Amino acid sequence: MEEVKLMKGNEAIAHAAIRYGMDAYFGYPITPQSEVLETLEAEMPWETTGMVVLQAESEVAAINMVYGGAASGKAVMTSSSSPGVSLKQEGISYIAASEIPALIVNVMRGGPGLGTIQPSQADYFQATKGGGHGDYHLIILSPATVQEMADFVGLGMDLAFKWRNPVMILADGVVGQMMEKVVLPPFRPRRTDEEIRQQCPWAANGRHGRDHRNVVTSLEMDPERMEVNNNRLQDTYRKITEAEVRYEEKFTDDAEYLIVAFGSVARICLKAIEEMREQGIKVGLLRPITLWPFPTKEIERLSKQVKGILTVELNAGQMIEDVKLAVEGRVPVYHYGRMGGIVPAPAEIEESLKSHFLNV
Amino acid sequence: MKEEIIIAGFGGQGVLSMGKILAYAGLMDNLEVTWMPAYGPEQRGGTANVTVILSDKPISSPILSSYDTAVILNQQSLDKFESKVKPGGTLIYDPYGIHRAPTRTDIKVLAIPAMDATLELGNAKTYNMILLGALLSARNLLSTDAVVRGLKKTLPERHHHLIPLNVDAIAKGRSLVE
Repeated sequence: MEEVKLMKGNEAIAHAAIRYGMDAYFGYPITPQSEVLETLEAEMPWETTGMVVLQAESEVAAINMVYGGAASGKAVMTSSSSPGVSLKQEGISYIAASEIPALIVNVMRGGPGLGTIQPSQADYFQATKGGGHGDYHLIILSPATVQEMADFVGLGMDLAFKWRNPVMILADGVVGQMMEKVVLPPFRPRRTDEEIRQQCPWAANGRHGRDHRNVVTSLEMDPERMEVNNNRLQDTYRKITEAEVRYEEKFTDDAEYLIVAFGSVARICLKAIEEMREQGIKVGLLRPITLWPFPTKEIERLSKQVKGILTVELNAGQMIEDVKLAVEGRVPVYHYGRMGGIVPAPAEIEESLKSHFLNV
Repeated sequence: MKEEIIIAGFGGQGVLSMGKILAYAGLMDNLEVTWMPAYGPEQRGGTANVTVILSDKPISSPILSSYDTAVILNQQSLDKFESKVKPGGTLIYDPYGIHRAPTRTDIKVLAIPAMDATLELGNAKTYNMILLGALLSARNLLSTDAVVRGLKKTLPERHHHLIPLNVDAIAKGRSLVE
């Protein structure tokens, strides 16, 4: 059995990347995720697996290095925090338009602007609705535990290759900075150049006997052909929406009220729910694990069972819009949020739910 | 078994390290553990605190409204966390530098003169381990052996010669409670 370790979520991401057989990491330090780069530098995987770890001159440079590495069929990733991820958006749009896989990690901090370095979920809109320009989507994974920080590196990179679409791990500072138990994934070797040629026939990695050179680009001067590209992307997004929704339900079987929350906030909500259940108040939790595609059908189903829904987010109310679209007005939907790096305590969530639904 | 602990004081007093050693010791005893620091610039010169949860069941929230036990190392932290100890809980504090002592009567309050004890031991760096010893004893939490195994696991080998000094400090802390 693999050894149980104790580490921060950010450290778990770095170890999981090496063990996945990641070919390269390009990044630029920013709190609260600098431990990703620091751990990679300390582990020196270039001497063991041959993985490239490079601190670029800026976030913009890092995402364009990712674009280049991904275009050649390599498994590549970057990580940053909110202001840095804003800088990466142009590159992310190009990667999505070019239909190539990449993994981007955003450990969010309080915004807007440079904001604070404390936990936040204020980049939900940016992550799930596009972020950069054009009609595109990233697959968004929302970890709530250090274990998921580790697991979603491999899952995210696999999904990115499966759908030839960039994937983002959208984490908050709590899960980045806290330590808890984790079992790291087993080591697997980096793919050989031959395996990449077989698995990624689209990759721009030399002719190797092909009758043409692969060119990876997002540029198309002919609007009719660009619309074909757009329709192909939209078709992929439909298929992803059907196949890749992930979520977790707790105490929903007999729930009269539902809390929807993602990331570490879902755990704070679970604590509040445990305390309310002891008082006989039947509250359940739905935690979206994929924020895009969103668990719309599951929330629609639960909205036919419960009397009301509370979303709890570290922002001014962003995911609540997707919840309301799923609920279609069947039951009242309220938001409770803290901003700027403040994390609510379980008691605040309990108080909010009771004030909305139980007139307490 | 579930113990929800806040450790709070000044940056530099070993608050985060004490929490980390406690968490590792919990890991050694096969408990579920979370270690959640209040991270940020306040660690440098200002106040620092860490929430550590030890449990034999999966842990939901790593962030809490109230605590079974508070280990308090300065006045600001006492002012902030005294009211957040659950009724019947335990508050351990070092009276050094405290000018407004705790007033609650519905919790167990233990004044542990850890600063004086470090002077007796002759090594200021043992401060947090004395308080850790007091915490382990007052709450009957983990064995010193689990802490030693945790230290062996986490300290680089070149520092292993310091483990006996830490064991002495934990024993000193325990003796201040007993």
